[in-house]
Amino acid sequence: MCNVCGCGEGEARVEGEAHNHVHEGQQIPWALRNPGGNGGGAASGRDLDYGAGPAHAHAPGLSQSRMVQIEQDVLEKNDRYAAENREWLSERGILALNLVSSPGSGKTTLLTRTVTDLAERYPISVVEGDQQTRNDAERLRATGAATVQINTGKGCHLDGHMVGHALERLQPAEHGVVFIENVGNLVCPSSFDLGEDAKVVVLSVTEGEDKPVKYPDMFHRADLMLLNKTDLLPHLDFDKDQCIAYARQVNPDIEVLEVSATTGEGFAAWYEWLEGRRKGRLEHLAGDLELRAARLRAALSENG
Amino acid sequence: MHEMALCESILDILQEQAKAQRFSRVRTVRLEVGALSCVESEALRFNFEVVTRGSLAEGAGLELIEVAGEAWCLVCAQPVTVGGLLDACPLCGSHQTQVTGGDTLQIKELEVD
Repeated sequence: MCNVCGCGEGEARVEGEAHNHVHEGQQIPWALRNPGGNGGGAASGRDLDYGAGPAHAHAPGLSQSRMVQIEQDVLEKNDRYAAENREWLSERGILALNLVSSPGSGKTTLLTRTVTDLAERYPISVVEGDQQTRNDAERLRATGAATVQINTGKGCHLDGHMVGHALERLQPAEHGVVFIENVGNLVCPSSFDLGEDAKVVVLSVTEGEDKPVKYPDMFHRADLMLLNKTDLLPHLDFDKDQCIAYARQVNPDIEVLEVSATTGEGFAAWYEWLEGRRKGRLEHLAGDLELRAARLRAALSENG
Repeated sequence: MHEMALCESILDILQEQAKAQRFSRVRTVRLEVGALSCVESEALRFNFEVVTRGSLAEGAGLELIEVAGEAWCLVCAQPVTVGGLLDACPLCGSHQTQVTGGDTLQIKELEVD
């Protein structure tokens, strides 16, 4: 096993400073020999492509990735990476939000508007997850936000390991916010902890109001539901109250905000929610540091 | 299809255990699946067969031990058993419940040569 990052023997390597070693006897994987090869376009040098190997998947059996670890809980390995991410973010006072939704919910438009509006308030970085293209990352980079693209190939979700490498590459500013835009999929991303503070599920009113009960795991694990595209409500037969009732059926604690990423309606409340979470994160860190300082002073006075 | 990634993790565990426990072949994997674990049993079986092909666990049986979902009903203020995340409290019908167990996926036992 690689003792730099814990990657197992034979795992695909990712181009980049933090992870450019090659194990003895190991073939240089396809992803490194053909950087940015997934679309044939120019490599940005900041993309992580887990689907660029022969199997176009990060999953094994079909994959360039194979880990060897001791564990009994099947998700234990992912959870360990996620815990490392959480600690890394926590000690820097960074709020990380994992944005999840089905494809076409308007997640990228919502994120682009958010990043643009808040750019002056605090540092914002983005981890952009997609199966194949870097289109969304380019939309985010156009706003000026630092963005790292992760391509999962045929993989249907981001995992803790991928996000850890993305954070190393991203080096987000302290006391800022990191948005992780997960692969558009309401099923698989719910099972994988990334080390985020909260999952924010985006549901658009052009989808069925029964999505929360059709995909209960995702809504169960989310702290906030953003009901997007509300500007279209007059044209649709969408029962908003029923949708919210369904969401509360699987998660009585879920908060709900109605927004339109097109018009900006409802975004003030979304920013207020974000600010509240960020303050909570910073207060928590300040409390930890005060406690540590008090211990140090106590140790000093004992020595004196 | 995250069951593929889960089966990857299972195979990892088998390979590591093979080194530690000195066996070369896995005949059966007994896996505890919680009712609230967001795993589709049939997808798990299918992917297990695909992922273990050509490995020490090729052809191995996958036995799933189903575990009930457990929750705490805030209204009744006591533990209850639930079959899924959509289920109401069986005692009072409220959805004011918090999951307390039955959401794990854990290898319990291996039959090996």
